[in-house]
Amino acid sequence: MESKKTSCKDLFSAFFRIGLFTFGGGYAMLPMLERECVEKQGWTDREELLDYFAIGQCTPGVIAVNTATFVGTKERGVIGAAAATAGVVCPSLIIILIIAMLLENFAHIPAVQHAFGGIRVAVAALIANAVIKLIGKNVKSPLAIVLCIAAFAAITFLSLSPVLVVLVAAIAGISAKAVAK
Amino acid sequence: MMTLLNLFIEFFKTGLFAVGGGLATIPFLTAMTEKYDWFTRRQLTDMIAVAESTPGPIGVNTATFAGFRAAGIHGAVTATFGLVLPSFLIILAIGRALQKYKSNPLVQNAFSGLRPASTGLIAAAGWSVLKTALSGTDIMGTISLPAVILFAVIMFLSNTKKLKSLHPAAFIGLAAVVGIVVGM
Repeated sequence: MESKKTSCKDLFSAFFRIGLFTFGGGYAMLPMLERECVEKQGWTDREELLDYFAIGQCTPGVIAVNTATFVGTKERGVIGAAAATAGVVCPSLIIILIIAMLLENFAHIPAVQHAFGGIRVAVAALIANAVIKLIGKNVKSPLAIVLCIAAFAAITFLSLSPVLVVLVAAIAGISAKAVAK
Repeated sequence: MMTLLNLFIEFFKTGLFAVGGGLATIPFLTAMTEKYDWFTRRQLTDMIAVAESTPGPIGVNTATFAGFRAAGIHGAVTATFGLVLPSFLIILAIGRALQKYKSNPLVQNAFSGLRPASTGLIAAAGWSVLKTALSGTDIMGTISLPAVILFAVIMFLSNTKKLKSLHPAAFIGLAAVVGIVVGM
């Protein structure tokens, strides 16, 4: 492949399209990332993309942003990372702002209120499904079961800060492995 | 100005401590409803619905919406910037040592604790959303029967083989129609 220097504009517009055409983030982004970064631009290959996702799950934050930062850095350093990240975030900013403003004007209409009454139920069901899937994937060992229940209880019954829960869980994970040795 | 600073700090914390993608940010937003009067739990649930049925990463969508509710357009930009910044800095810092970072035993052990805890956090946020969604609109907050039935139907439909791969927006759309027809 002829190597040409990638411009920040290329990075911004590729990730703008990725942000615009993916619903939901996470793995739902993979096909769009492949199309833009592998097939069209040749910035990376499929293997490396899957690696990014694996690493994205071992770093905090939004996986889409992690991936954009990776690809941007690789192509153009810090400025490239900023361009790619701005690109992936911009469609959300624009679309959500429009919807938020519209909703503010229409929120008092009874039909809209009833619609959201139903929508809230759907959201609860979608999160319940996500939780069931996550439990199957992440909660297997006895320690994992304890940590999962403890995190739930800390928030639901004790109203503790999620930051505290995350810190304690990381320490518990590290010390459990140390003790096992 | 104070609100913008608080928004930035809260969403920076969210970006730094939310492990495992978009939904993992919700427990942090639920905590914000207790600390600030930026938005209510009910509004948060509406924001999640919009975030799930519009393009873009759920975490970014929710942050933008929450920031807008708290402080208008400036709030939206500030919250989104705050959320994104930790990921950006961390990836820049890890840089070329990505593979080394991933296979580092300390990182792996920490995440063996973080993943189940994050699952518990999301479950707690889900529980709070469920309570909001199923409670009636009257002051007593008693359970709304139509909501319970709709919840059961959506759980059933979204777990049947043929409909499993349907986009979340399809179920959200269906629920909106039912909500209007039944007058939820």
